[in-house]
Amino acid sequence: MKSESENILKGIGAAPGIAISQAFIYKKEKEEITNESITDIDEALENLDVALEKSKKELRKIFSLAVDKLGEKRAAIFDAQIMILDDPILVSTLQNRIKNEMRIPEYIVNDEISKYTDLMNLSHEPYMKERSHDIEDIKNRIVRNLKKKKWKSKITSDVVVVTSTVSPSDTVLFSRVNVKGYVTDFGGLTSHAAIVARSLNIPAVVGLHDASNRIKEGDLLIIDGFKGEVFVNPDEKQLHYYQKKISQLQKQDTELNKLRELPAKTLDGKEIQLFANLELIDEIELITRNGAKGIGLVRTEQLFEEYEAFPDEEEQYKVYKTIAERIYPETVIIRTFDIGGDKVLPVDLKEPNPFLGWRGIRLLLDSPQLFKSQIRAILRASSHKNLKLMLPMITSISEIKKSKEIINECKEELKKEDFAFDKHMGVGIMVEVPSAAVLIRDFAEEVDFVSIGTNDLIQYILAVDRGNEIVSSLYQEFHPAVVRTLHHIISESKNAGTMVSMCGEMAADPFAVPLLVGLGLDSLSVSASAIPLIKKIIRNLTYKELQSLATECLAFKTEKEINNRMRRFFNEKEKDHIKNLY
Amino acid sequence: MIERKVKIINNAGLHTRPAANIVKLASKYKCEFSLIKDGLNINGKSIIGVMTLAAEKGSEITLVFDGIDEELAASEIVDYFNRGFDE
Repeated sequence: MKSESENILKGIGAAPGIAISQAFIYKKEKEEITNESITDIDEALENLDVALEKSKKELRKIFSLAVDKLGEKRAAIFDAQIMILDDPILVSTLQNRIKNEMRIPEYIVNDEISKYTDLMNLSHEPYMKERSHDIEDIKNRIVRNLKKKKWKSKITSDVVVVTSTVSPSDTVLFSRVNVKGYVTDFGGLTSHAAIVARSLNIPAVVGLHDASNRIKEGDLLIIDGFKGEVFVNPDEKQLHYYQKKISQLQKQDTELNKLRELPAKTLDGKEIQLFANLELIDEIELITRNGAKGIGLVRTEQLFEEYEAFPDEEEQYKVYKTIAERIYPETVIIRTFDIGGDKVLPVDLKEPNPFLGWRGIRLLLDSPQLFKSQIRAILRASSHKNLKLMLPMITSISEIKKSKEIINECKEELKKEDFAFDKHMGVGIMVEVPSAAVLIRDFAEEVDFVSIGTNDLIQYILAVDRGNEIVSSLYQEFHPAVVRTLHHIISESKNAGTMVSMCGEMAADPFAVPLLVGLGLDSLSVSASAIPLIKKIIRNLTYKELQSLATECLAFKTEKEINNRMRRFFNEKEKDHIKNLY
Repeated sequence: MIERKVKIINNAGLHTRPAANIVKLASKYKCEFSLIKDGLNINGKSIIGVMTLAAEKGSEITLVFDGIDEELAASEIVDYFNRGFDE
């Protein structure tokens, strides 16, 4: 056994499943720019042109949103950055150098623009150093866009992507190619890579620390997303074991698929509505295949991630309409853009505390044009009466009232413009901030439904950044403060007669589901891939036993007690029932 | 060819906003336009070039215009410098 363990890397299993494929090392900014020569000049010029255009669009997207917040000075810098991408002297020099020197465009871009930053760095004026950073920023953007194109064309066969971290735009990039799994150095269960991998049903192991250094391009990898293990260049025995395991899993999938038409009903007859979360339009198929009751959360900011500019009303309308029609007659809840300051602002403007900064509803209310284009698009797609709109990051009742006013304005406009829409389209809020949890009764009376977003709620209640590895073990969904807050939200919403559901990662955790049902949740929204398993778990329990389980957990004073209780319950009740599945 | 010496008179110096405006003004004209300071000769139609000029309040820059519409260009751009970039 000892000789075997040498090739095993241990991390966190972030998305279940097993994959056997070659490693594709994805190194981003850190990679050195080599001065490789080229043979096809036209192709290189074309790539430069595309990268410049893409960079321009990216900057305009940032600029269009941030302009009010930037202040005049910063806005001027943006304007100048966009001008640089059109600078006739710079662009023609770049083109001529590519033609004459026959080197890859990223080398030429880096070399040429560095001449300017070197000059700026010679100056003793402190603002010139700052300016040099701005120019550096634009250089990196062009180089990144030149490389991105290359990454895409490089992946031609099935691969496991090995990287330090995966950003939202990377995952969109990879969803278009043959990626069989993700292996990352950083990140936890709720990191973006993990969420997307789960929703696309691709196994992922995260938090491996130095995997991207220890694994070489082309190494054969087995990734076990259940246990969080990666086997580098496995031996015959390991390969054989996992090949067998893969065929077992396929059999189990067929088993679970039989549940498709059956309701998620407890043994004593309480039915739980299982909805799916949607991040990418490609997921619709899996959602219908896995028997979801509808979509409980459309993450619109993710849906349009690959668009270079913010999608206009018409573009959004088309996408929302497609989703509404394909899910009809079931319901779809569309959440308006939950964009954070860290995602839109340029590097040097980043907020020191983006999670406590300009994000969600704050950004939307500050950007009325963007907000209205989205509301109008959703309303226009609502004519089949199966859409609802959900507001992110609500912290006060005035944000709900202001948003409702804007929604009404949009309805008036659409009426005048003769558009068909659902006049009574439901409006709800995310409950993901402690203030919303405390004031839930008042908030619930203002809206048609509430949905608990556990990822943010837990991190705000416990003051733990889930992406920070040093403290991520303190991010505990079974912390008594979390469990009691959930109880408060659920019972107070019900007292107000408002529908309450949950759409965070906790809802997809098989250990947590019995507690959530026991606390009184009537609906859960999870990754489509998790639906069959959760259905199977619920169908094996009685609501009565879950209620007393919840009462028991509400009395505990420590996370450990609740955690142990839930694991014991799971082992006693479910382990044999779903053996080998999890 | 027209050569003019100008002085930076606004407090903030030749920062990004005026740099962008100078390039925008220059781009309207056909003539060539360059800025010379401390031996550095910069093409005035290149924003990235103009941004490499560190020119604080009080510094002097030579502007050179060369081409059919050099007079019009010189008068508009020199005027912009003399107005302290409207700040």
